[in-house]
This record gives sequence, C-alpha cells and structure tokens, in this order.
Amino acid sequence: MSEFRFAVNVLPKPGILDPQGRAVELRLPHLNVSSVSKVRVGRRAELTVTAGSETEARAVVDGLARELLSNPLIETYAIELLEGTSSAVSAEAPGR
Amino acid sequence: MRVGVVTFPGSNSDVDALNALAVAGAEPVALWHESPDLGAVSAVILPGGFAYGDYIRAGVIARFSPVMRGVRDFAAAGGHVLGICNGFQVLAESGLVPGALLRNRSLRFVCRIVAIKPERLDSPFTRAASGSPIHIPIAHGEGCYYADEATLDALEANGRVLFRYVRDDGSPALDPDEPANPNGSLRAIAGVCNAAGNVAGLMPHPERMAEGILGSDEGMQLIRSLIESASEWDAAGRPAPGKADAAAAKTKVGPWAT
Repeated sequence: MSEFRFAVNVLPKPGILDPQGRAVELRLPHLNVSSVSKVRVGRRAELTVTAGSETEARAVVDGLARELLSNPLIETYAIELLEGTSSAVSAEAPGR
Repeated sequence: MRVGVVTFPGSNSDVDALNALAVAGAEPVALWHESPDLGAVSAVILPGGFAYGDYIRAGVIARFSPVMRGVRDFAAAGGHVLGICNGFQVLAESGLVPGALLRNRSLRFVCRIVAIKPERLDSPFTRAASGSPIHIPIAHGEGCYYADEATLDALEANGRVLFRYVRDDGSPALDPDEPANPNGSLRAIAGVCNAAGNVAGLMPHPERMAEGILGSDEGMQLIRSLIESASEWDAAGRPAPGKADAAAAKTKVGPWAT
C-alpha cells in the first residue's frame, strides 16, 4: 500500500453567478489593478489516500469530489496529484 | 398527530419549529441527527440553522448524517417532509428537491421579513394558506435559488414552484437585483417541491411567525397545511406517493399525477 496526496480544486461552473468572484472584481480598482478580469473564487481541499495504486486512490478522491467536495449542479472540480507526496507504507509498521 | 423536527449540530430553529407545531395542536417530536429512526411520526420538518457548521456547502454534510437515511426512506414511502432555510439546503444537497442554494447575490447575510406568495393552494404545503402574500422572516447567507433553465421551465410547467418572493403589489420579484427579491433567486423562487409533491423546501421561516407574541401568526398557514396533509396521509393508510397521486388526480387537475 502507498500513500497518495491529492488536491481537489473546486470552482463555480462557467455561467453561474459567482458573487465572491464579483466582489473581488469590484474591489480591484481600489487596489489600482486594471489588468485583471474574469475572477472566479472556489475552494481547494488536500487529502492523503492510502491505496494499492494511484488509479485506486484517484477513484476514491473522484467519488469524494463528486459527492461531498463539489455540487455537480453548480460546480466543477479538478483532481491534482501532488508531486513527491506518494510514499510506500511499510507493512511492518502497523502503528503508522 | 406526531410531527418530528430534526436537530443537527448547529440547528437553531428546531425549538421554534417544535413550538409552532405545539401551537398548531400537533405533538412535536424532537429527532436527533445520529439516529435514522424517526419513531412513529406522520411528518418531518428539517429546521433552520447551520448544520455541521455549513462547512464545504450549506447542507452537504448533513446529507450524510444517519437521520437523513430515515428521512429519505420516509419521503420515498410518501411521508411529508418540509425543509425550512437550512433544511431546504439539506434537501437540495440530498437531491430530494431540485436545484441549489447559492451565496446571496448581495454577498450579505440577510435577516428581515419578506413577502412570499403561494403559487398554488392545492399542494400539501399550501392547502391551508389564504393565497395572499405571507410575511415571514428570512435569515440566511446562501438562499439564492438556482437551477438550469430547462429545470426551471420544467418546475414551472409542473406546478412545482410553491412560493415566490413578491413585491408590495403581490407580483413576483423577478429581477434578481430588486429589493423584494432578497437573495437573487432565479424567477423569484422561494420554495419548490419534489416530483411526487410530498417533499418541499423554502428559505423563509414560517415557524418564526407562529403566534401573536412573535409578531404575527402568518407562518401558521404553512405549518397547518403540513399537519393537515400528514393527518390525511395517516387516515388514508399512509399510501405510497404513486397511489396518493392517483387518488389526487381523480379529484383535481394538477401535476401530482404526472
């Protein structure tokens, strides 16, 4: 078994009003920023999955992303495997 | 007539709902989120509040609580379930009513009395309503009703929009930016029901206008509707939704038969 660390990035679907993104845009002039537009604000979760393979781990994350971390009616999500964070879990170290 | 009110960690209108039921002459039954057993209740209210802190999205964590297994089975068996405010959010996240409740368009938590109007008076949740605008409070940060255009059209075509926010003259507050629409809800939708018609959710709080000492008893129209419908369901031997629809279709023309 190995540990895989993932990030799940959730954003409001295109076309859905994003009041948080709009609030950020409305404040941009007060920061003297005029080159930024189309702001979308979402959320990010990072989690570690213990599984036999990356495919298996990814399936677990996908289920969680779809059922809990995002609402498919209004949001999209993208799963990202975080580099250098997967590691073998030793069978001789049950305390881990 | 026993009516259950679920308490989730973070519920804050559960006691108001229990009180409103008692005022209406029903026997209020407190239900705990950790148990899927609803006891022998004839209807269920999911009350307002901030279940599980509203973390991730309002209502989503409550969806996975044991009591919701019981509520889901109860609804599938034809029992009446009313979700108020956070309870509406829980129903929407659970897929028991269509749509989603987004962050208020203003980005502000809005706490004030609004006017809503029942779209129909032959539903289980509005049968005791007068038909005039009902003035009851809202208190929410995520109440902007959203569904895609096709879903909205289908809801309207089937009479599943139960309540809309209305202006002083009683017309729907269709502009999401006008003051009478407190949260930017599409098509001014304040409440909807499921296809079978036995599960409904709305953002405003009828239980907070339950008796004169609270300012008015306008909200009791909805509480009484729920109790009447539950009594009738009991008296009919607790028919499954399909049978109830067929029985209703014989006596009145409505979408419940579709």
